[in-house]
Amino acid sequence: MEKPKPMPEAYYSLLEKIQAVDFVLLELNLYLDTHPNDADAIEQYNESSYESRALKKEFEEKFGPLMNYGASYSDYPFDWATPPWPWQV
Amino acid sequence: MWYYEKKLQYPVRVRECNPTLAKYLIEQYGGADGELSAALRYLNQRYSIPDKVVGLLNDIGTEEFAHLEMIATMIYKLTKDATPEQLKEAGLGDHYVAHDHALFYHDAAGNPWTATYIQGKGDPIADIYEDIAAEEKARATYQWIINMSDDPELNDSLKFLREREIVHSQRFREAAQMLIDEKDKKRFF
Repeated sequence: MEKPKPMPEAYYSLLEKIQAVDFVLLELNLYLDTHPNDADAIEQYNESSYESRALKKEFEEKFGPLMNYGASYSDYPFDWATPPWPWQV
Repeated sequence: MWYYEKKLQYPVRVRECNPTLAKYLIEQYGGADGELSAALRYLNQRYSIPDKVVGLLNDIGTEEFAHLEMIATMIYKLTKDATPEQLKEAGLGDHYVAHDHALFYHDAAGNPWTATYIQGKGDPIADIYEDIAAEEKARATYQWIINMSDDPELNDSLKFLREREIVHSQRFREAAQMLIDEKDKKRFF
């Protein structure tokens, strides 16, 4: 494992925005698993899901795919299996 | 099935190379109350638990793999630049001779992970109560590791994980109550 090249500041700031909204989604998901009739929480869940998709689209255009198996588009050459991996940044 | 997402659930930063701290963190990697145990325990219990709580086991079990990856990242970052001599001084000499800088599923004392750490009893109440206990034990372990650590950046990530154990415990307590209510509904006299 060679040393990965340092990532620009925008990589970290955009990733943190995604981590923040995805955390909201995960928390709401666990809450809704045991409170399926909370309409306000479902509304917040759907709004956050929209926000997360928009942030990920922006991130992927700049830094490549976030997800494998076709859940993200690839550039040429195939840019999924390229560093940095999460533990390298 | 699962998709992989190229990001950690929460950022992991460490101040400096610190194999002693990594040795303690291995407890949460391959230890009895660690993240591997948690993920495998919950995902395995899904098949025989009532439908009402399958989603919760599925989603918490999946989150545990994200925590396992955070712990792995901490250990990796704390040891990647350590020399064999530094690993030896940190008590990781035994680890080094078997694994070099590779991670491995064992606890802080070097005992390999074993399925005897987890249970799938097939009794919904027994399984959920085990899960609550597991979360409380993991929370306590995170606290003891934080008490041993003098790395403020690492502690920020460890505090996040400690809080997740609290949330999981509370969600499992709700699930236990749902199972009890469901059982009472079926009781006819």
